[in-house]
Amino acid sequence: MLEKALKGSPRYWGTLIALGMIVLLGLGFWLYQLTFGMKITGLNRDVSWGFYIAQFTYLVGVAASAVMLVLPYYFHHYKEFSKMIILGEFLAISAVVMCLGFIIVDIGQPQRMMNVLLNATPHSMLFWDMVVLNGYLFLNIIVGWTSLQYFKNDMTPPKWCKFLAFVSVIWAFSIHTVTAFLYAGLPGRHYFLTAIMAARFLASAFCSGPAILLLLILFLRRLTGFDPGKKAINRLAVIITYAMCVNIFFFLLEVFTSFYSNMPGHIAPFQYLFTGIDGHDMMVPFMWTAVVMGLGCLVFLIPTPVREKTPALVIGLIMLVIASWIDKGLGLLIGGFTPNPFETVTVYAPTVPEIMISLMVFAMGGIVLTVLWKIAVEVRVEVEGGNLSMVPPPAAEAE
Amino acid sequence: MKNTRREFLKLAAVSAIGVGAGRLGFLGDAPAHAGPLPGVANFEEGLKAKHWGMAIFTAKMTPELIEKCRTACHTEHNVPDIPGNKNIKWFWGASFEESFPTEHGHYLSEEVEHREFPLLCNQCETPMCVKVCPTQATFQRPDGIVMMDFHRCIGCRYCMAGCPFGARSFNFQDPRPFIKHFNPHFPTRMRGVVEKCNFCAERLAIGKMPMCVEAAGGALVFGDLADENSDVRKVLREHFAIRRKPDAGTSPSVYYIL
Ligand code: SF4
Ligand code: SF4
Ligand code: SF4
Repeated sequence: MLEKALKGSPRYWGTLIALGMIVLLGLGFWLYQLTFGMKITGLNRDVSWGFYIAQFTYLVGVAASAVMLVLPYYFHHYKEFSKMIILGEFLAISAVVMCLGFIIVDIGQPQRMMNVLLNATPHSMLFWDMVVLNGYLFLNIIVGWTSLQYFKNDMTPPKWCKFLAFVSVIWAFSIHTVTAFLYAGLPGRHYFLTAIMAARFLASAFCSGPAILLLLILFLRRLTGFDPGKKAINRLAVIITYAMCVNIFFFLLEVFTSFYSNMPGHIAPFQYLFTGIDGHDMMVPFMWTAVVMGLGCLVFLIPTPVREKTPALVIGLIMLVIASWIDKGLGLLIGGFTPNPFETVTVYAPTVPEIMISLMVFAMGGIVLTVLWKIAVEVRVEVEGGNLSMVPPPAAEAE
Repeated sequence: MKNTRREFLKLAAVSAIGVGAGRLGFLGDAPAHAGPLPGVANFEEGLKAKHWGMAIFTAKMTPELIEKCRTACHTEHNVPDIPGNKNIKWFWGASFEESFPTEHGHYLSEEVEHREFPLLCNQCETPMCVKVCPTQATFQRPDGIVMMDFHRCIGCRYCMAGCPFGARSFNFQDPRPFIKHFNPHFPTRMRGVVEKCNFCAERLAIGKMPMCVEAAGGALVFGDLADENSDVRKVLREHFAIRRKPDAGTSPSVYYIL
């Protein structure tokens, strides 16, 4: 099937070349970082994790969110998702690739990476995170590729493939739970030290991941005419809406616990993020944007007649992605490290090289996604005889 | 394993003497004041304990004395002097609020409020940095010292997130150009690894007290916390002492006598 990635329209190649250019540009900055060290980032002695690790965390959520398609499809036989499921699995692959990329650019001695396996340390959550992430990557590659292959040949995927799909559902929960455990077990980091961290991560993943997926699918529909079906889109939008409500609810639980208990350490990160401390208020506009977007998106997503209109859905989803990204891709890490262990504020802001290197990783994920989705769409074109939106899913695939 | 390691160290020490007068060309230009490398005999005098710990007479630690200890430690361990917030610190001074942020004392005695407190790694009994490290580059010795293997560290900085005391520093850049007085007896670090106070394990091994303890002239008391006849236990019996952030659960081995 790989050959399908090698033939394409100028638009396909143009996309790949544009992404490739971003990768090359970012690569230059990464070489700069490799030569001079991480002093080119905004990180410092007090805020020692920042933009890279935050993107990693956000993308683990995107990867895990494929489960929102796989679970209804395999566990509840919700067949409407049959056309989208492969896209979800392939998005998960590209998200995990980006996660690994962000880890590699974040560590100070990347050539020693293998030390994590050579000196396997079960009491370190980072070790487990590496294990579950790589496991998830392989599961999705195997399940995604095999089911696509069988679909192409008009055959029912083998039993073991279905079994692995079941495993991948459980596994998806594990990747984001273990990622939450990276943070949730640290004494003295009050913003992280919360029992519902994993639950919050999952809720935010299950709204933001499918939202990104749905936005990409709607975009794909415009580009290629590939239509996953109105019913599937509406159903996924409902899932996203519920997950976002739970996500906001969980956040409010944190606010209540911190402020009602009046524990200084627990209040301080919220103060830094939402009002600023000692005049350090860089994060304030971002966090309030997240609040406005987070609540605003519900206006578009909760009323069914509004949600089922594509333009409103798109606006709602974009607002949701912005809100969840600020919450997890900025606020989580910065709030966790500010105030620092001396209860003072050390300001962190990502630098231009840091952002360029991040763009490089995103563009790499973009390339993986473009190629994989191209293959998936081409296979469907072949099987359905070039008509992407009319033909109902073949019986073989319903198995 | 341990035995072969010790044999190796002895061998290394002997061959170092063989190379001559403690000046090893590949270590760079050793300053003339750096004494000869320790030999087998020195390692036989190594100090041993069940649980190394420290008590600090904070009232005696004037800013000048803290600076003296800091310089002694940083010179001994080739700690670079990097300006800005990407700096490296093994031993430093801080206010009461910064040192004991969980105390939240509104009406402090003026003297304590203005006192400077020496900070260093607490050499915790249940260190979070060791628990989170994915490579065991940070590890705990049987005598309680939390040490680092700079050659194994991958620079993930998880230990910095885990330490509730801000005791660790990351080499954001090559530290070597920032070392003013190079000490050939202690390794320099490369960029991309984490470092911190090691309770002068390399000095204890040859029977010497930690550098800061020597420099402090009695204001820092070092010894075996597990031995009730040790100096440090005697001092702690006689004076009221507190530890930094005890509710973080890491059980620091450094005590502050107020
Ligand atoms: S003070 Fe921090 S670095 Fe030192 S042992 Fe305790 S947790 Fe580890
Ligand atoms: S930075 Fe080094 S010492 Fe710290 S946790 Fe990572 S590998 Fe361990
Ligand atoms: S014990 Fe040694 S390493 Fe630690 S602060 Fe004192 S001099 Fe420095």
